[in-house]
Amino acid sequence: MAKIIVNGEAKEVQLPLTLSELIKQNNVSQPEMVSVQVNEDFVDRTEWPDIQIKEGDAVDFLYFMGGGM
Amino acid sequence: MFDFTEEQIQRYSRHILLQDVGVEGQEKIQNAKVLVVGAGGLGAPVSLYLAAAGIGRIGIVDADVVDLSNLQRQVIHFTKDVGVPKVESAKEKILAINPDVKVDTYREFLYSANALDIIKEYDFVVDGTDNFPVKFLINDACVMAGKPFSHGGILRFNGQTFTHLPGTACYRCFFKEPPPAGAVPTCSQAGVLGAIAGMLGTIQAAEVLKYFTGVGQLLTNRLLIFDAKTMQFRTIPVKHRPTCEICGEHPTIDHLIDYEQPTCELKKHKKS
Ligand SMILES: [Zn+2]
Repeated sequence: MAKIIVNGEAKEVQLPLTLSELIKQNNVSQPEMVSVQVNEDFVDRTEWPDIQIKEGDAVDFLYFMGGGM
Repeated sequence: MFDFTEEQIQRYSRHILLQDVGVEGQEKIQNAKVLVVGAGGLGAPVSLYLAAAGIGRIGIVDADVVDLSNLQRQVIHFTKDVGVPKVESAKEKILAINPDVKVDTYREFLYSANALDIIKEYDFVVDGTDNFPVKFLINDACVMAGKPFSHGGILRFNGQTFTHLPGTACYRCFFKEPPPAGAVPTCSQAGVLGAIAGMLGTIQAAEVLKYFTGVGQLLTNRLLIFDAKTMQFRTIPVKHRPTCEICGEHPTIDHLIDYEQPTCELKKHKKS
């Protein structure tokens, strides 16, 4: 098990794990509506399947919010 | 230099009493020109608080008229205003709160052909719009024009905001491009708790006042998010991305883009 931080909260995950798999595990129902940062760096969605999660990684899901009116 | 009248000293006394603002800060507020794009859920509290604060000039962009379904959150519009252009309704309330404010109204949609022309008249831009095409347009236009802006987004029980100054992270740095139009929940599906608009809009207004008075730390390189269900607030560090399509080292976007409008715009056009 590896300790990582997802959206600011500590979590334990089984490695190996790709970023795409982590997104699925976190029940992101609409991956199109989320932007992802790993260790505060933006990760393009085309790279999600290739990114391997490592012990200590901090992953943030930034949700698109289009409302305002 | 400080030519405030007795009445103004009284009106702005709670600002002037603040050590970080004072008469000097109030004068900066009075000299400020702010553009508010969208006179809706976010634009309403932003405009009301900026007017009350004594911002010298406020521009408002909105093509729509007030609809009954707006009144649940767009507190600048009253029941009597249904059917009235939002910019006119907003101007009336701004002047009723503070006749010192000069108000410019733009009853039009912001798009690639008018954005730079309108923005160039102002020192700061507030995004109070309800769709991604315009949010990206405001970002790109402000980056191109070197203007600071406040981004705001709300959905259901959530809100997000950050402030951009030239050189700091822009919307594209961490959101890159609009989500596919088909993935975006339509206005009627999504919904929003009315008070969320007030929560986020007042944060945006506070950022504007901080910017002009130079007080504290702005929400630059930080995305503030909150969930009103739990009342958890979080600021996520974000950063300028060297590969950013608009503000990066080799920008690939050299003109403003009109992305496909989301579906909820259609209903508005049909009505009238
Ligand atoms: Zn950028």
